[in-house]
Order: sequence, then C-alpha cells, then structure tokens
Amino acid sequence: MPLYILGRIAWMAVVLVVITFITFIIFTQLPSADPVLLRAGRNASPELVEALRNQLGLDRGFWGQYWTFFQNTFFHFDLGHSYQNNVDVKEQIFDRLPATVALAFGAMVVWLAAGIPIGILAALKRGRWPDKLAMGAALVAISAPVYWLGLVSLYLFSKDIGVVEIFQGSGSYPTTGTILTDPVGVSSALLLPWLVLAASFAAIYARFLRGNLSEVMGEDYIRTARAKGLGERRVVFRHGVRSAITPIVTILGLDLGILLGGAILTESVFNIPGIGRLAFDSIQKSDLPTVQGTVLLGAFFIIALNLVVDIVYAFLDPRVRY
Amino acid sequence: MALLEVRDLTVSFETEDGVVQAVDGVSYSVERGQALGVVGESGSGKSVSSLTVMGLTRFDGNARISGQVLFDGQDLLTASDDELRRLRGNDIAMIFQDPLSSLHPFYKVGHQLVEAVRAHRNISKAQALDRAVEMLALVGIPDPRRAVDSYPHEFSGGMRQRAMIAMGLINDPKLLIADEPTTALDVTVQAQILDLLQRLQRELDTAIVMITHDLGVVAEVADQIAVMYAGRIVEQGPRDEIFAAPRHPYTWGLLGSIPRLDQPRGEALVPIPGSPPSLIQRPSGCAFHPRCHYVQEQHKRVVPALEQIGENGAHRVACLLAEGQRSALWAALGAGASPEAARVAAGVSSEGAPVAIEGKEAG
Repeated sequence: MPLYILGRIAWMAVVLVVITFITFIIFTQLPSADPVLLRAGRNASPELVEALRNQLGLDRGFWGQYWTFFQNTFFHFDLGHSYQNNVDVKEQIFDRLPATVALAFGAMVVWLAAGIPIGILAALKRGRWPDKLAMGAALVAISAPVYWLGLVSLYLFSKDIGVVEIFQGSGSYPTTGTILTDPVGVSSALLLPWLVLAASFAAIYARFLRGNLSEVMGEDYIRTARAKGLGERRVVFRHGVRSAITPIVTILGLDLGILLGGAILTESVFNIPGIGRLAFDSIQKSDLPTVQGTVLLGAFFIIALNLVVDIVYAFLDPRVRY
Repeated sequence: MALLEVRDLTVSFETEDGVVQAVDGVSYSVERGQALGVVGESGSGKSVSSLTVMGLTRFDGNARISGQVLFDGQDLLTASDDELRRLRGNDIAMIFQDPLSSLHPFYKVGHQLVEAVRAHRNISKAQALDRAVEMLALVGIPDPRRAVDSYPHEFSGGMRQRAMIAMGLINDPKLLIADEPTTALDVTVQAQILDLLQRLQRELDTAIVMITHDLGVVAEVADQIAVMYAGRIVEQGPRDEIFAAPRHPYTWGLLGSIPRLDQPRGEALVPIPGSPPSLIQRPSGCAFHPRCHYVQEQHKRVVPALEQIGENGAHRVACLLAEGQRSALWAALGAGASPEAARVAAGVSSEGAPVAIEGKEAG
C-alpha cells in the first residue's frame, strides 16, 4: 500500500506537468489578445510595450517561456505574477480558495443529506408513490441547468430583488471574512448557492443509490441476514446500505475534486469570489499565470481526491488490495 | 406431534407474465431429529416452499400464500413478522446454495456469526465471539481463533459452506433447512459437507430439510424423501422404500440420471426427456404427462391425487397408472430394460402421445 501511494504521487506530478504544458500550448498557440497590450493600456508608447514584454518574460519564445514557468512552478513552487495587476498568483489563489471550499463542502453536505435518504427511501418503496415522487423530482433537478436554477432562485429569494426573502443575505457575499472568521455572514450568503449547486448532485446521488440498493436488496447475503433473524432495519442499513453506498465514495471524490477547482457557473451567478470566478476572469483577460494557477489547482484537486478515494475504498471494501 | 407440519401449502407469485404457481398444495412433516429430503428439478417449488416456511417469501411483495405451516404447533403463516423473526436463525435456520454470495463480502466471518448469536441472545460480543469460535471448530475449520478474523473471500468454497453451517447451527436450532448446500461445491468437498451435516444432525439432534435436485445427496442423509414436480409432491415415503420400490415415473427418471457404481460401466445414463414445465401454464392432467414414457390419453385430463400405497401407508404416490402396472414397470426398469421395453413388458398401452418423439423435439 505505501508503495502504491508513492507511485500514485509520482504519477500525479507527471500529470500536472503535462496539464500545464497543454494549457501553455492552448494559450500561446490559439488566437487571443496580447496580454502586453492589455496591460499597457491605450496609446502606450512602443518603448513601454517592449519594456513590459521583457518584464513579463513574453519575449523569450515558446520553449524559453515554458521553461521559466516550469522551473518556477515545480522547483520553487512559485506561480508567478498576474499579467493584469502584478499580484502574486499563489496569494490570489489562496485568497479565493476559502470561498470555493466553503461552497463545495457546504453543497456536498446538502446533497448527501438530501440524496442519500431519498435514494434509500425510493429503493425500499420501489414502484410505489414515494419512489415515483422522488424520481420525478430528481429528473427535474437533473434537467434544470445550474445557472437557470440560480437565476430563478435569486429572483425569488434574494435580499434585494427577491419576491419572498427567505434567505437573509443571499446573493451578497461579504467582502471581508471567510466561513471561519464570519460564519453567519458567509453561510447566509452561501445558503442559496449551496441549495442550487446541490440540487442536481442530490438528484444524481439519489438515483445512483436507489439503483444500487434495489440491486443489493436482492443479493443472497440479504436473504442470509434475514434468515439469521436480524431486524429489518439492521438488514437494510448494516447489510444493504453498507454495500450500496460504498461505490458513492468514488463519485463523491470525483465530484468534490471538480468543484474544488472552482464551480464557475454557481460562482458567477451568485457573485462568489472563488476559484471559478478567478479562472473565468483571468481567461477573459489573457492572464496566463493566473490561468495556469487555477488549472493547476483544479487538476491537483481531482488527482488528489482520486487518490484519497482509492485509499478510502481499500478500507471500505476488504476485497480491494493494492 | 411432528416438529414441522406443512399442510396444503400454496404459494403463487404475481409477475408481468402471469401468475406463477410455485407451490401447489404441498403437505409434508418432519419429525424431531429426522431428516427429510425434498428432491426435484429447478422450478419444482422445493426452494420456495422452504423459504415460505422461514417467512422469507413475505419480503417478496407479490407472493400469495395459503395453507398451514405448523412449527411446534404454531402456525407460521399467521405469525406476526416479529414472531417469525425471532424464530428465524434461532429455532429454524437455513443455509443456502452459494456460500460466497450468501455471506456479506464486507464483514468478517466472526462478525457475521456474532451477529447471528446476538440477534437472539442477550450476551456480550466477546461471549458471542467465543461461541463463534466454538462453532467454527465444531464444523471443522482449522485455527478458528484466526478464522473469525477472515473475510469470506479469504476462505475456500468448502470452508465458506462450513462457516454457513456454523452460522446456521450457532443458536442450536431445532430445524435446519439446507437449500442445495453442496451444489456449488467440488465433488470431494460435497461429500465432506454431507458427512458434516450428518454428523451434526446426530450430535445436535437437529431436524434437517435437505433440498436438492440430486437423489444421491438425500440417499445418504434423509430418513424421508419427498419428490416434487411442478409445485406438487408426486411421491413421498421412507428413504429405503423410495430407493427400493419407487413408484412414480419421474422418480424413476431421477434414479436413472444418477451414475451408479453397481451397474456395468457401459450402461448409459437415462436422462428425463423434455424440460421442466412452465408454472404459469402448467400442463393439463398429470403435470408430468408431456415427459412421461407411459402416458395414457386419460392422463392428459385427470389430475392425479397423492395416494397411499402398500400396507403401512407411509409411501404415497400421485400417478394415474395402476399399482400393478407401476410395480411391473419398475421391475423391468430395475432389471435394466429401456423405458420402451419396460412398457411392453408391463403391458402398458402406448395410446398416449409417443414420448420418444416429444423427448427428441424437446431435447
């Protein structure tokens, strides 16, 4: 197992290098605005433009630029400075990370708390009205695009334009503080985004668990558990749900990894200053160092959580060995 | 009073294709400490009738059940879910065909045995674990102290079935239902498991219902035998009578399908022609008539009743042939005659559909 983990970490470094290189190619080879001109502003003198180009290292050619970036990132853990405002990219990412983390984990709690019980209920009442109701609602939640759901919910519930103001402070993320320093302010601002972001995930998890659990309840070992004289509650939860829920760890790790890299749509609709917004803005401004930083972070979360999933899975399913 | 008395048990399932009549008026009884072998092909209703005794068909929302299942005088069909739960695993235990899929893959063997004890006894986990170790030793699992910490997938097939048996017997049940306990195992392991069941039955004085498609299995273990076909019992009686003087053509077919060491090597096994009948659209008259070598026109219309034969009345058969014809047929078959030759020798007319042709079609 330790050897397996070491191997995976080495592999993770390789993947990150490849990903930064691909991002670099896309950025340099596809047509985009010249970051130097964007930075220099209108009517800048050619001397200023040249000086800026030199300062940003953009006069070094394709391989030279990538090599500089590579050295700084992987040897000095320095993501460079924004082309746009010269802010340290690493600092900016760590500034933005708390909002995204709060959004992703809060939404995860919501979708697990909703999806798991609904999935279990639907599986146990399969074909009857609780199942039909839950699966109908799940279909709606999966079909509704998150930006549409976000706008509708803002229209209905937000602080300033809301028809029914249920969620105090929603749609107005506090300018200072994080979930740790200002838990009330941030969580009231995030309540609506949590629900909106969690809706489709809750629906997917409920359907997944329903399918798994219905299948598991037909397994021979469930019959054995009943034949032993265990109570039905114990049969369902200790024997049925225990098996049915284990594969959820896999999709949960992947989903969380993706969200931690930035929930672009939700962050944009609700104006949450997270990684997703940062990535979105920096792409628009051709701000390569910031783009590279957010891409690197996103890739890191996905790979790292996949590794965590594999390790956790080995503990949950004794048949799995590395 | 018999330990288990099943009276006129009927179980049907509503499915999309129609009503499946899985068990159709079955009656049998098991005495304390005795073994009953229930024999039949898959789909004969032998498993469903036992699952119903355990109350396990209740979990299938579509099952309709009628009749009586008296266990120690209590009717299990009218018992509450909770009363049944307290009997299951405690007074009546069941072991299944495939021990790998029947054990939970995520829990240690010891844990699964402990769970079985603690479902019925108010004792500590440590005490329950001691009991588990004791039972694993009893069923012949080496190093049971370590075995309780193993997962099912770390056991061999035979070890798993031993663990299942240990789990079934851990609360000293009065009745153990074994549903094809050896079918999924290697032949050498099969014999070991049968020996084990026989030994435990004697030592613990447990009654056993052994469900199997293999008459060879019940030949060793059972005191009484019931042969089922299409949801009904077609022949039942003491083991020795069933083997010495079987009276139903289906039983002859089952006997003809077992390899026998006392027969010359060249003797071909005689398979039963055709395949088991549909339980949704069961054949008219005697349900076995489409596969019977000795069918008469009347057999396609009249449903045979289970009738006593012989003096003591313990041997019963549901067949429309006359007793004289049946004994003559068996005498000829026992002497090695083919079904055709036996029919001619016994003077049974061939007025029914020529089975040989039907058999070829179905085969």
